[in-house]
Amino acid sequence: MSVSPLQDSIASHETPGTKFFPPFEMTPELEAEIDERITHYPDSKRSATLPLLHIIQHKFGYLSAKSIEWVAKKLELEPIKVLEVVTFYPGFRQSAPGKFHIRVCRTLSCAMGGSGELMDRICELTGIDRSQSDSHHHPIAVSPCGRFSVEFAECLASCGTAPVCLVNDDFHEGVTAEKAEELLGKYKEEN
Amino acid sequence: MITYSKPPHPREHRLIFKNVDRQGWDTSIDCYLQDGGYEDLKKALGMEPKDITGEVKKSGLRGRGGAGFPTGMKWTFIPPNNTKPVYLICNCDESEPGTFKDRYIVHQDPHQLIEGMVISCFAVGAKIAYIYVREEFPQAAEILEKAIEDAREKNFVGKNVQGSGFDVEIYVHRGAGAYICGEETGLIESLEGKRPYPRIKPPYFPAALGLYMCPTIVNNVESLCHVKHIIRMGGDEYAKLGVPRNTGTRIIGVSGDVKKPGYFEIEVGKLTMRELLYELCGGPKDGREFKAVIPGGSSSKILRCDETFKIKGPDGSERSLDFMDIPLDFDTLAACGSMAGSGGVIVMDDSRKMSWVLNNLNSFYAHESCGQCTPCREGSMWMKKISDRIVDGDASPEDVETLESVAYQIDGKTVCAFGEASSWPVEAIIAKFREELVAETDPKNAEKPHNAESAAQRKFLAGESA
Ligand SMILES: Cc1cc2nc3c(=O)[nH]c(=O)nc-3n(C[C@H](O)[C@H](O)[C@H](O)COP(=O)(O)O)c2cc1C
Ligand code: SF4
Ligand code: FES
Repeated sequence: MSVSPLQDSIASHETPGTKFFPPFEMTPELEAEIDERITHYPDSKRSATLPLLHIIQHKFGYLSAKSIEWVAKKLELEPIKVLEVVTFYPGFRQSAPGKFHIRVCRTLSCAMGGSGELMDRICELTGIDRSQSDSHHHPIAVSPCGRFSVEFAECLASCGTAPVCLVNDDFHEGVTAEKAEELLGKYKEEN
Repeated sequence: MITYSKPPHPREHRLIFKNVDRQGWDTSIDCYLQDGGYEDLKKALGMEPKDITGEVKKSGLRGRGGAGFPTGMKWTFIPPNNTKPVYLICNCDESEPGTFKDRYIVHQDPHQLIEGMVISCFAVGAKIAYIYVREEFPQAAEILEKAIEDAREKNFVGKNVQGSGFDVEIYVHRGAGAYICGEETGLIESLEGKRPYPRIKPPYFPAALGLYMCPTIVNNVESLCHVKHIIRMGGDEYAKLGVPRNTGTRIIGVSGDVKKPGYFEIEVGKLTMRELLYELCGGPKDGREFKAVIPGGSSSKILRCDETFKIKGPDGSERSLDFMDIPLDFDTLAACGSMAGSGGVIVMDDSRKMSWVLNNLNSFYAHESCGQCTPCREGSMWMKKISDRIVDGDASPEDVETLESVAYQIDGKTVCAFGEASSWPVEAIIAKFREELVAETDPKNAEKPHNAESAAQRKFLAGESA
C-alpha cells in the first residue's frame, strides 16, 4: 500500500527530463511567496488553487502527488478538488517535461504558415518521437537526453507573425522550419 | 511628434495602439506619466460614478471581446439595490484563434489598461478587480504585476486613490491553457479555483451572479482601454468616431494569406474589406487569389470572397453587397450572416483546401470543449473524426451530410456559446464549399470499415476468423 491515496491515482512517471528538476520540497521562501499570493484572494482561499500550482510547477517542473496534497492542505480543500483542476487544464502536467519545453502553435494561421513542418523539424533535430503522443492524454514528448520536449499548443494569439512557439517562458515569432536549428541553438549552449 | 518602429498605415486611427511600436516608449510608469498618463483617471474621480457610466453609454462602445454587447448597458445590469461586493474582471484570455490585439496592449502599454480598469471600477463600485491573463502570456503577467505595483506606489491603485476616498485593488490571475476560460462564466469558475465549466444563463449572468455569486462586470482588455479615451474625449465626441451604432476605433488583426499580415486600428465601419485586404495588407500573395475570409475569429462564419449578399437596411429596404464592399463594422457583418467578433481576420487564398481548414478548426474545438454538455463534447469530437476522414480521402459523400447534421445538433443546444463557436465554422464551410468537399469524397468509401474494430467485426460477420 502506498502512503497516499493520490499516489495511486496519479499519472506521474519518470521521464528523461526528470533529472533536470529538483524533487518537490517546501522551503520557507517558497511558502512565503505562496502565503503572499493567497492574500490576493481575500474573499476565497480556494481561488488561489491555480496560482499555487503555477508557482510549484514553475519550480519543480511538474505536479507530483505530494505537491497536489500540499496545495490541498494549504488551501483546506479535499485533494480531489486540486487534482481535478490539474487534470483539466492543459497548462498543468503530472510528469517532467524537458529542461526546455517547446510549445508550437498548431492552429489555423500558424498551420498555414508552416507550424506542422516546424514541429517535424524540431523533432528531427532533437530526436523526439511524437508517435505515441495524442492531444488529449499524452500531449508532451521528451527528447532522449531530456533537454527538450515538445507539445502542440492552440492559438498563441500572435497569428500575424505565424508560425510561433513558446520555449519555457520565451516567445518566438516567425519561426519557420528553416529557423528551427537557430532556435534550438539558443538553448543548446545555455546550461 | 510620435515616431514608430513599425509605422501605422495612414488609414489607421490610433487611440488604443497609440503607444504600440512607439519609439522611445517603454512600460514604466514614468514614461506613461510623461505622456499625460492617469490624467483621465483624475478627471473621472471628480465625476459621479453614474455619470461615467452615462458617458460610456453615450459613446456607444460595444464590447471588443466577441459579442459586441454595449459596455455601458452591461454596467447598468448590476442590480440597483445590491448590497454585495462588486467585482470587475478584465478578460485577457485572448484565445480565440485569429485574435491578436490584447497581447500588444498588455506587453507594451500596461498602464493604459490599469487606468481604464480603475476608472471602470470607480464607475461600477468595484473594490477588487482581477486581470485574467492566459497562461501563455508569462511575460505579460510579470509586466502587469510590476505596473500595478508602480501604480500603487503612486496611489493610482490602493487605498483612497488620489485622495478621492475610493479604494481599489487589482490582481493578476493566470489561466492554465484552456480556451474555455475566455467564456466569461467559465473564467469566473476558473478564478474561483475550479474547472472552468461555464454556468448556465439565466440565471448566472455575471452582472447579477458572478464571482462568488456577487455582481461582476467582465470586459475585454480593449473594451476597458476604450473607457479611458471616452472619459478624455467625452461620450459624444467619441461617438463621432466610426459610424452610427458602430462607434469608436477597433483593432483588426489580419493573418493568413496576405502579403502583409498585421494589426491595424481603424475607425469602425470606415473601411471596407477591399481596403483592408488590398491597401493595408498588400493584397494576395503573388500569383494567388483570395478565396475565403473568416472575419471575426475562428468562431465566426466564413465568407467567400466571390459572394454577393442581400442585406436589409434599417428601413427595410434590400440591397445587394459584394464581399469586398462589406464595411468593417458589427451590423453589416451580422447582416451578411457572420460577425465582427474579436476582430481577428483570417484570410485563405486559392492554394488552400477547405477540408484542411475545416479539419484544423475541428481539431481546435474538439480539444477545447470543456466536456460539460453532451452535444458539444461528443459533437466536437465527431466533427473532427469526420473531417479527418475527408482530408485522408476516406470519406463518402454522405459523410459531408452527416458532418453537417452533427453541427446543427450542437448549435443552440448547449450551456455556453462554445456550442455555436464550434458548429458555425462547420455549418458555414459546408454551406459555402459543399461541392469542393464532396469532390474529395468517394461513394465507395461508404463500404469501407473506418477503424480496426469495425474491420475485425466485418471479417467476423463475413464468417472469416478474426
Ligand atoms: C468560447 C468563448 C470564448 C471566449 N473567449 C474570449 C476571450 O478570449 N477574450 C474575451 O475578451 N472574450 C472572450 N469571450 C467573450 C466573453 O464571454 C465575454 O463576452 C467578453 O469578455 C465580454 O467583454 P466585452 O463585453 O468587453 O467584449 C469568449 C466567449 C466564448 C463563448
Ligand atoms: S457548450 Fe461545450 S464548452 Fe460550453 S459548457 Fe457545453 S461542453 Fe462546455
Ligand atoms: S494561430 Fe498560431 S498564434 Fe494564432
